[in-house]
Amino acid sequence: MAEPALALKGLAKSFGALKVTDGVDLSIAPGELHALIGPNGAGKTTLVHQISGTLRPDSGAILFGGTDITHLPPQKRARAGLARTFQITSTIASLSALENVALGVQAHSAHPLSFFRDAARDEALNAPAWEALEAVGLTERAHAPAGSLSHGEKRALEIAMALTLKPKLILLDEPLAGVGHEEGERLIALLKSLKGRFAMLLVEHDMSAVFALADRVTVLVYGGVIASGEPAAVRADPAVRQAYLGEEV
Amino acid sequence: MSAVTTSAAIARPALPAARRLAPLVILGLLALLPLATALGLPAHWLTLVTRAMIFAVAALSLDLILGVGGLVSFGHAAFIGIGAYGAGILITEGQTELLVALPAILLVCAAFAAVTGYVSLRTRGVAFIMITLAFGQMAFYFAQALSAYGGDDGLTLYEKSTLLGREIFANRTGFYYIALGTLAFCYWLARRLVASRFGRVLRAARENAVRVTVTGYDVDHVRLGAYVISGMMAGLSGFLLANQTDFVSPAFMSWQRSGELIFMVVLGGVGSLHGAIVGALAFLIAEDVLSAWTQNWKAIFGPLIVLFVLFTQGGIAGLMTKLRGRRDG
Repeated sequence: MAEPALALKGLAKSFGALKVTDGVDLSIAPGELHALIGPNGAGKTTLVHQISGTLRPDSGAILFGGTDITHLPPQKRARAGLARTFQITSTIASLSALENVALGVQAHSAHPLSFFRDAARDEALNAPAWEALEAVGLTERAHAPAGSLSHGEKRALEIAMALTLKPKLILLDEPLAGVGHEEGERLIALLKSLKGRFAMLLVEHDMSAVFALADRVTVLVYGGVIASGEPAAVRADPAVRQAYLGEEV
Repeated sequence: MSAVTTSAAIARPALPAARRLAPLVILGLLALLPLATALGLPAHWLTLVTRAMIFAVAALSLDLILGVGGLVSFGHAAFIGIGAYGAGILITEGQTELLVALPAILLVCAAFAAVTGYVSLRTRGVAFIMITLAFGQMAFYFAQALSAYGGDDGLTLYEKSTLLGREIFANRTGFYYIALGTLAFCYWLARRLVASRFGRVLRAARENAVRVTVTGYDVDHVRLGAYVISGMMAGLSGFLLANQTDFVSPAFMSWQRSGELIFMVVLGGVGSLHGAIVGALAFLIAEDVLSAWTQNWKAIFGPLIVLFVLFTQGGIAGLMTKLRGRRDG
């Protein structure tokens, strides 16, 4: 069997007496779209922070493509191909959409910090940046400051930024939160079109999106995994129905 | 463009050309000032504006970390002091050659910036301000303790630096153009730096350091680089200052001086680079004009600055942009 893109082994994190991550085991295959669901406060975003490196776990291990990255700082994880988007959109507001994406291209270029040459007119950076913008449908907005984009466009921009990191895995922290219906449909179509190119961990509340996109689903409650598997099996799981999904599913 | 074959071939809009007239106008006017003195402007204006341009180099260097990088350093005058004392001590020891003094000064400034920056950048916000202030005060007291070189009283210089034995600083108009040339060069350098890959990361980190980090950059590393470059540029201004005043003293690196530099940057408009130049010129000229007018000039100067900053958010550079917008609209 191929090495999983991401494997969590007994990951645990507490804030004081509160166990926010309680011995989580999780494995994502290369190219798999894995959805992580759970009620508010289940510790989903905390888990994403630990995987991306902005939070340190108390114990357990994170394996990325078979390599232990538990103690690697976030910038090194990013350079290894672990990209993420944020629950609250996180772009550089005053830079243009193109420059935001080029910032990602630049990070993986041979000279990420060279002096003197005008970066804004650097084709070596701009060509891949344009391709990423085209992939998410933001070509026409390329020169607009990221701060002036609509909410859905910012989400798409974040995905474009992640694309430039030559990702093996993208962590998507609620990409549909706060996005209107029409833009949401467009984002779901975008994620579908990207499926298979790399592994994705999708944290999402929108159940229709989760069941439309996910290969496998993991349910997190009070920091612990209560179910994990095919969407249909998870949906039918009585523990999940009781803890989370309720009667509507 | 490379071989891009996308199905949805929406045309890529071209990057709108940037218009940057203001810096050219400022530097052009400065180049013409000696003509005005030939036509009757009092000659001391040449000295005053030379001094203002030297401070503009320091303000420009501060804008690089404060405006572009978002790091409020309250100890920037230390670098001016190191530059000035470097020139002063070498001249006192009989070494006037610029090609010896300048590299030595830049090296010491880079080292001082690397060490103090490395420590300071472990903090953020107010803590960063305080720790840079503390390092600045350390440099100040160190200069005060240099009894061999004047200590508290400062050090009078009886010679100026020379270039390959030639007395390039002896002539007032010559000095004026050297200061202008240095300023233009530093501005060009800073502008290129800000537009470069390095500068893009520095600008992005000011707005959103977390995003820049998870994109794969070591933000502290980039900031330290900017801090070192900025410190060297300020050292260069200190070198010129010592040669202009023929005197160096610990007051060159007092915390008040660091505060004045921040004032100049804020007055001109944070982060615009040419704003720092305008701010330094306005600050020094206003100081000179007001102090000639009344002894209590600071009582006027202080409130004037407060009002100015309150009502022109974005400084002089911001005000000019606003006026231009109104005319166009």
